[in-house]
Amino acid sequence: MRILIRGGRVIDPASKRDGIGDVFLAEGKIVEPGGNADRTIDASGLVVAPGLVDLSARLREPGDEYKATLASEMEAAVAGGVTSLACAPDTDPPLDEPGLVDMLRRRAKALARARVYPVGALTRKLEGKRLTEMAELAAAGCVAFSQANVPIADTQVLWRALQYAATFGYPVWLRAEDPWLAKDGVAHDGEVATRLGLSGIPVFAETIALATLLELVRATGTRLHVCRLSSAAGVELMRAAKKEKLPVSCDVGIHHVHLSDVDLGYFDSHCRIEPPFRSRRDREALSRGLADGTIDCAVSDHTPVDVDRKQMPFDEAEPGATGLELLLPLTLKWGEERGLDLVESLARITCEPARVLGVPSGRIQAGAPADVIVFDPSAPFRVTAEGLRSQGKNSPFLGHELLGRVRTTLVAGNVVYEER
Amino acid sequence: MQRSPQLNEKGELQHLLSVEGLPREILVQILDTAESFVGVTERDIKKVPLLRGKSVFNLFFEPSTRTRTTFEIAAKRLSADVINLNIAVSSQSKGESLLDTVANLSAMHADVFVVRHASSGAPFLIARNVKPHEHVINAGDGRHAHPTQGLLDLFTIRHYKKDFTRLRVAVVGDIVHSRVARSLIHGLTTLGTPEVRVIGPQTLLPAGVESLGVRVFHDLSEGLKGVDVVVMLRLQNERMSGAMLPSAQEFFMTYGLTAEKLALAHPQAIVMHPGPMNRGVEIDSSVADGAHSVILPQVTFGIAVRMAVMSIVAGN
Repeated sequence: MRILIRGGRVIDPASKRDGIGDVFLAEGKIVEPGGNADRTIDASGLVVAPGLVDLSARLREPGDEYKATLASEMEAAVAGGVTSLACAPDTDPPLDEPGLVDMLRRRAKALARARVYPVGALTRKLEGKRLTEMAELAAAGCVAFSQANVPIADTQVLWRALQYAATFGYPVWLRAEDPWLAKDGVAHDGEVATRLGLSGIPVFAETIALATLLELVRATGTRLHVCRLSSAAGVELMRAAKKEKLPVSCDVGIHHVHLSDVDLGYFDSHCRIEPPFRSRRDREALSRGLADGTIDCAVSDHTPVDVDRKQMPFDEAEPGATGLELLLPLTLKWGEERGLDLVESLARITCEPARVLGVPSGRIQAGAPADVIVFDPSAPFRVTAEGLRSQGKNSPFLGHELLGRVRTTLVAGNVVYEER
Repeated sequence: MQRSPQLNEKGELQHLLSVEGLPREILVQILDTAESFVGVTERDIKKVPLLRGKSVFNLFFEPSTRTRTTFEIAAKRLSADVINLNIAVSSQSKGESLLDTVANLSAMHADVFVVRHASSGAPFLIARNVKPHEHVINAGDGRHAHPTQGLLDLFTIRHYKKDFTRLRVAVVGDIVHSRVARSLIHGLTTLGTPEVRVIGPQTLLPAGVESLGVRVFHDLSEGLKGVDVVVMLRLQNERMSGAMLPSAQEFFMTYGLTAEKLALAHPQAIVMHPGPMNRGVEIDSSVADGAHSVILPQVTFGIAVRMAVMSIVAGN
């Protein structure tokens, strides 16, 4: 099947291409234009871009099918233009065994939607005590190892885990959070938490853990990807680490460049999220860090939570926000606010995360996988529970109007989503 | 920011969830109404028919004797029917969700829910989910607010000191865990108190506490100098020794209110405590029972203030 996407504004952030043109897809790859097409997609007036690459999306399988299923979340992914996603190991049971990883990959493949890259657990059951069989997990398809939101408290174990991963060249993706300082905390330790009487997580819970991680990277040479930065001070530490040429990268949750603790309002549990939304100053630093490249990419950190677990007092509510379908519009909104062009904005959710993931997706170049989206960057839509395909309706942006609608999503040259 | 969820479209009190966000006029309305009820509580027949036929549900998700009792007395003096539910040992332990519990009670035709919950913000969640004719009164949520306690403290201060605009008030002790302190501080600043001080060790003061409009003191003697009102806070047993404080004895030595320390305050200073007191931990008996203490009148005023709040919300 040869597909021609005709007359769209083709944007390839990797090569900084931005111009009207045609894109040809054949045998699952992007090919040089020319010859006949079996199908033509008219993209005039629309943007043609690489499919989005999301380094953190929870699909809730296995174990949490009442919150979401692979089927529902894969539909949400392609409707949001996400064609490659890495899923965190905090399933139930966690992704700490090759059999689980293998099954997840096969189930995802059978659904034939987005490409799914499992991230394996760094320690068994994510308990931070014993290492997982990383080589076996990697053979089963894990692209990196992580602890999701469960930090390793024992620094001896952390050190050994990083050493072991470095031995085989496996990347390790970790959040920087000191478990003791973050214990019982549900909000940024600051004026808002003080006013609302919520237990706080201080900024130094992030910076102390980050300093420890960076020191261990110096000692072990592990390729470290720091997940979900939350503070201005954290951004500064990453800036210095990159200047030092440490083998590190980092990301930020797309919600964190838009929201701060002030948005908690009167205990809005949709703003209960990990790490917590911090001060407006922190939010501004995250937004700027993402723009200047200190932060490599933005992720949805998609976390579907059922209504019952959100309709609870703030501290009891389950953390997380749905995000797969909002990653594109929220990235466009961020780019608009920072005065960036589409090439720059889209890089943060296409070629940059693809580089971290080590996959050839995220670009529109001959030979690259035919993962392509066609979208209208100025089409408005209102975020509603009914409108979201994800089973998770938990969004701080419910009721908000955003811009950017995906019209068509192709994965490996197959149309996997078309707006009615 | 959104309209305060405790006010209706007309700006009247629909629920009492927090002192923060209440305009001065409403605070004064509550205090004035309470004033009129003080007489009722001193009469032979201590009842007025304002809430006759209404049902008040005391929903205590956290154990409490004192607050629950004063709410019960207040509701009965307004002629309401009072139903006490000790949720801590009933449906919640069977796994029922907070909103399901409330929906079930609502189906039994409640008019007022008096709610105490260990989680900050729980009464806001309930208020968002009750029917338009139902009212929620926060009887203490986590560390967030205890508005009727704050109001009775304000009432007591006004009773003895008349004018808020020339007062120095010191709140002493465990501020970080105290919903009482937060409610009182918001009330004092709204009513124009020029100087509110908080006194305590760094471990018991929340981050950015100055943003509440208070001056911070770590030294008790320094902080008490010239104050007109001293509010001592209860130190919970489980916090007396550990990472926040070394011992109750050391706390008493450094932050306990003794006659000697109190002598640094204004000669006519009053001493308050929300109760229950730990004698010899945050306050010395000679002060608790001394001439400056208004701790027992606080309890009496508490009933009038709770009557005022219930009659205002259920009357709106």
